[in-house]
This record gives sequence, structure tokens and C-alpha cells, in this order.
Amino acid sequence: MNGPRAKQRRELLRQMIRIRRFEERCVELYSAAAIRGFMHLCIGEEAVAAGIMHAAGPDDPVVSTYREHGHALARGIPMEAVLAEMYGRTNGCSRGRGGSMHLFDAGHRFYGGNAIVAGGLPVAVGLALADRMSGRPRATVCLFGDGAVAEGEFHECLNLAALWRLPVLFCCENNLYAMGTAIERAQAETDLATRAASYGLSSWAVDGMDAVAVSEAAERALRSIRGGSGPCFLELRTYRFRAHSMYDPERYRDKSEVQEWKRRDPIERMSTLMRDEGELGDREIATIESEVDKEIRNAIAAAEAGPLEPVEDLTRFVYSERS
Amino acid sequence: MTKTTYREALREGLREALKEDDRVFMMGEDVGRYGGCFGVSLGLLEEFGPDRIRDTPLSESAFVGAGIGAALGGLRPIVEIMTVNFSLLALDQIMNNAATLLHMSGGALNVPLVIRMTTGAGRQLAAQHSHSLEGWYAHIPGLKVITPSTLEDARGMLLTALRDPDPVLLFEHGSLYNVSEELADDAGAVDIERAAVRRSGKDLTITAYGGTLRTALAAADDLAAQGIDAEVIDLRVLRPLDEAAILASVTRTHRLVIVDEGWRSGSLSAEIAARVAEKALYELDAPIERVCTAEVPIPYAKQLEEAAIPRPADIVAAAKRAVG
Repeated sequence: MNGPRAKQRRELLRQMIRIRRFEERCVELYSAAAIRGFMHLCIGEEAVAAGIMHAAGPDDPVVSTYREHGHALARGIPMEAVLAEMYGRTNGCSRGRGGSMHLFDAGHRFYGGNAIVAGGLPVAVGLALADRMSGRPRATVCLFGDGAVAEGEFHECLNLAALWRLPVLFCCENNLYAMGTAIERAQAETDLATRAASYGLSSWAVDGMDAVAVSEAAERALRSIRGGSGPCFLELRTYRFRAHSMYDPERYRDKSEVQEWKRRDPIERMSTLMRDEGELGDREIATIESEVDKEIRNAIAAAEAGPLEPVEDLTRFVYSERS
Repeated sequence: MTKTTYREALREGLREALKEDDRVFMMGEDVGRYGGCFGVSLGLLEEFGPDRIRDTPLSESAFVGAGIGAALGGLRPIVEIMTVNFSLLALDQIMNNAATLLHMSGGALNVPLVIRMTTGAGRQLAAQHSHSLEGWYAHIPGLKVITPSTLEDARGMLLTALRDPDPVLLFEHGSLYNVSEELADDAGAVDIERAAVRRSGKDLTITAYGGTLRTALAAADDLAAQGIDAEVIDLRVLRPLDEAAILASVTRTHRLVIVDEGWRSGSLSAEIAARVAEKALYELDAPIERVCTAEVPIPYAKQLEEAAIPRPADIVAAAKRAVG
């Protein structure tokens, strides 16, 4: 019951619950106008965030997208810094200059938070190039959605990373929709792992609703990358249970489809499995929920208490400040 | 002093940068085996090896963005884009990442990247290789935009740009590569903050930069022969603009002709004119004159191309209108 496998499962489950509850609270805070701007939730996709970040090393750079709350939390950026950012406060991880879509944390090597679809891929390639040229045994983890596969930058970057055998783990969160456009309406070939493989890199599809499968696939890919085999591509087949953003009336998909996917809820699935195998009881679940609740309450308090950037500082950080 | 060319001066700047800092490397299309589209990097592959002189696929967005990532990762990349028209394929990375990351990250992530590219008309390369879009880039907060017009600046601006913590775009006018002049043997790093007075004069101020500086100086010679003493300011840096130098000159001469190879509408020339109007209107004894590129895509035919871009005669005529 306390072997490494059980420990790993418990950590993945805890992380997924943490992300789910955080996102749910964000909806309330958004409705209460404490959070503004565009906000994209990852409810339903928690297994990807938890699994990938569980596998990544602390020195591996991470490049993400605008749907990155879960990635940031699982990466270890303190929840209060993430939430304060969405409140626009100076104790936010980007000092309130970025908001929900632009979480950055140099200390955690978290390079955004990129709100241009596929715009983070070239940056990830460059981070990997710097590590390669500097002889550092790191791998850059680059997360993006299926929508990015339609962008030219995706193809340029897979080619370049494969050509130069750069240490990049490309993680495509295929949630089947680019905002409101279903994948079969946007991609002539919907098997993304197959398409990625055409660039001459290792590529495979993973059940993105299974955190253990995600974590194990990422570990395997990272081992291969660190061994010098060049980049890998993971197609993580997942689904977002909620709308694209807070403005989305969801006219483009059937409720029955959402219900169907909810039967594969990654949190339910993991907790059922763990219960069945005697690794988890009600008491442990209650403990996780209570710890998460406390963490969220503390984060809200910290965000609410966070100072606002003085308007006099508006033009700071356009150019570096020299000491 | 040694006789050399603008191209060789650029190459010497690159060589010195690569020698003095192991973090510096260069990448772009055909920078290695080919020696650079315009021959600037000829020989550098042999000297510094393929790790530091990297040929890239034709993927402007990927390799410019990779330059941004490599800069975040602690290196000092020099990215070459063949011409400013091709830079539009990388505009997302330049505008949405290089220029914004420092601000969006609340000051946590700076991007010490230098992007070099060719700009400008005059070589019959038609409308997809000849435009002057540096003024567009000068519109963007977060970028620095520099335009070496002399051999000294070609040799020295890159070194200073590489020491800058933020992204710098360096524009090389295509008509300058073969210019041959004397260059001091100890030429080295130069500032990338100030404009320079390239010719002192008392009757009017002409501002120019990059490829138009030589045109402006030729016009000033013609004007001198006609008894008009023009001061020629080389802007050198388009962003941040050395406004003080422009205002100081106009305060001395009271007349202003702005030369800009960009199109007039919404151009850098418009910005300079607006600032002088805002801050030195009552110093002016005549309306501001502008000499810009005609509002057409640059044509191929020689006589049409020449008519499209600022010529010495256009500047002389504008100066005479200003002097009255």
C-alpha cells in the first residue's frame, strides 16, 4: 500500500484534485469579478498536467499555453502566486502584468503562458538549443493544444528540433477542439502522432485521461531525450469538460459528447482504481480535499491582500532596468 | 587606418563578438556554407565551426523564436534574416515574444537577442526584397532598433547590441555592403543610444539614417555649392529615438528636412515631424519638409525604382523650399 507505485498514484491524484478544485474556485472568482480578462480552464485535462509535471525534472524548462493554470500548479509555482497573478497583484508570479494567460516563473523555469497558438514552440526549441550548446543534460517540456498543429510554427519547430536532435518533449494536449472547431473540421489527418512521426522523431499517442499512463509515457520519452535520441512527441488524448473560455456558449458540441467523456473523468478513474486496489480510503480523500481547500483559501487571502502595482510604475519592464 | 568595406566591417564585428564571448553564436539561412546571402559571414563557419555558425532551414519563425529561447537559456544569439520582407514570417516571434516577455513576466525574463537583417531598395530586387520596414519595428515598445550607416557603426554597433539585456534589431541597408572607406585599426564598440551630427551646418537640419545618410550627405554637398549650409543628422538609433539631438539641431538651424526610405504615411518621418511640432514648433522658420519613398511597392525597373526612393535632387529641392 505504500510502495512507490501507490505513492506515485497518490501524488498524481492529489495534484489532479488540487487543480480541479482550484479551477472550480476560479469560476466562482471570475463570476464575482475578482478575476477578469480571458480565462481558460483545464477541468477534465488534469491528468496531463499532473502526469507530465510529475515526470519532468526540476531543471527542465517548461513552455506552456494560455490554458496553463494546471501546468503551473503541478510544476510547483505556489498557488497564491498563480491566483494573485489572476487578481492582477504584484505578488502574482508575473507581477500582475500577465494575468491568467501569462503565468511566468523564472525560478521554476516556467516560460509562460503563451497566448499565441503555437507561439511557444520556437521558444522551447531555443531553450533546448541553449541547453544542448551549454552541455546541460536537460529536456525542455513544451505543451500545446491540437489547434497548434494547424499552425506553420508547429511544423517548422518539429522539423528544426528533429533536424538538430534537440532535447525537446513536445506534448500535444489533444482535447479535440481548437476553441470551437472540431479537429475533423480543421485537420485533414486527425492522427496527430502519425503526422508528428513524419518529421523523424519518436512519437506516440497516450490516453490523456490516465495520469499514470501520461506520467510513464513522459518518463520514457524524457529518458530517450536525455539519452541523446532527439525530440519526442506525445499526443495526449484528452477532453475539456468546460467551455473554451468564460465567454464560450458551447454551441459547437453536443452535451451528450461531454457526458460521454465525463465518464472517463481522470480523477474518478484514478480514485476508483486506487480504492479497488486498496490504496485509498475515504479518510485519505477527505484529507486531500481538506488540505486543498485550505491551500485555496490561503491563496485567495494572499491574492486579495496583494498590493496593486502603482500606476507610476506603468512603464517599467519594457526595457531591463540597469543597476 | 585601413581601407575596407561595410560588409567586411560587419564581418569583423561578428568575428570579434564570437571571439570575445563563448555564449555568442549565429544562425540563419545560408549563413554558414554559403557565407551569408550577402557574403557578410563568409569564412566564419571555417573559423568558428558549425555549432556556432548554424545554417537553418527556411523557417523564419522557428529560428527567430529559437533565438529568443536560446537567449532565455543564457546564450547570446545573433539571428540573421535575409531581408526585412522575410522578417514578416517571424513577426509573431519578434512582436509577441521578444518585445513582450520582459513586461509580461513582470521583469523576470529578459531576452538578450540580436536580429540582423538587410533592408532597403536600390538593387532592382522588386517589391518582396526592397522595403524599408525598420520604421514599423521602431513602433514597438520593448525593441531597440539600430541602423548602422558608417563603417565605424557597422563594425561597432553589433558588439554593443550583444551586451544589451534586451532584443536589438540591426538593419543593414543593402546598398551599403560594397561601400569602401577607411576604417580606424582600433575601431570597436560604439554607443547605440545617440544620433550623430555627420555634417555641421547652420541653415537647415536634414535627418537621415542607414541607407539614406549617404544620399543626404550628397544633397548637402550640392546645397553647399549653392551657398546653403546644411547640417546632417544620422539618427543611428530609431528606437529609442534621440529626440534631444534632433531638437537641438532644429533649435540651431530653424529648418528641418526629414529623409526616410519608408513610406510617408504613418512613418518614422511622421513621428519625427510630430515630435518637432510638439516640442520645437516655435523654433521653426519654415514648414517641415519630408522626403520619403513614393507610396508604391518598390518596382523592378531601374528608372521606376530610382524615382520611388529618396534621391539627392529630391532632398535639395525640399531644402530649397525650406530655406525659401
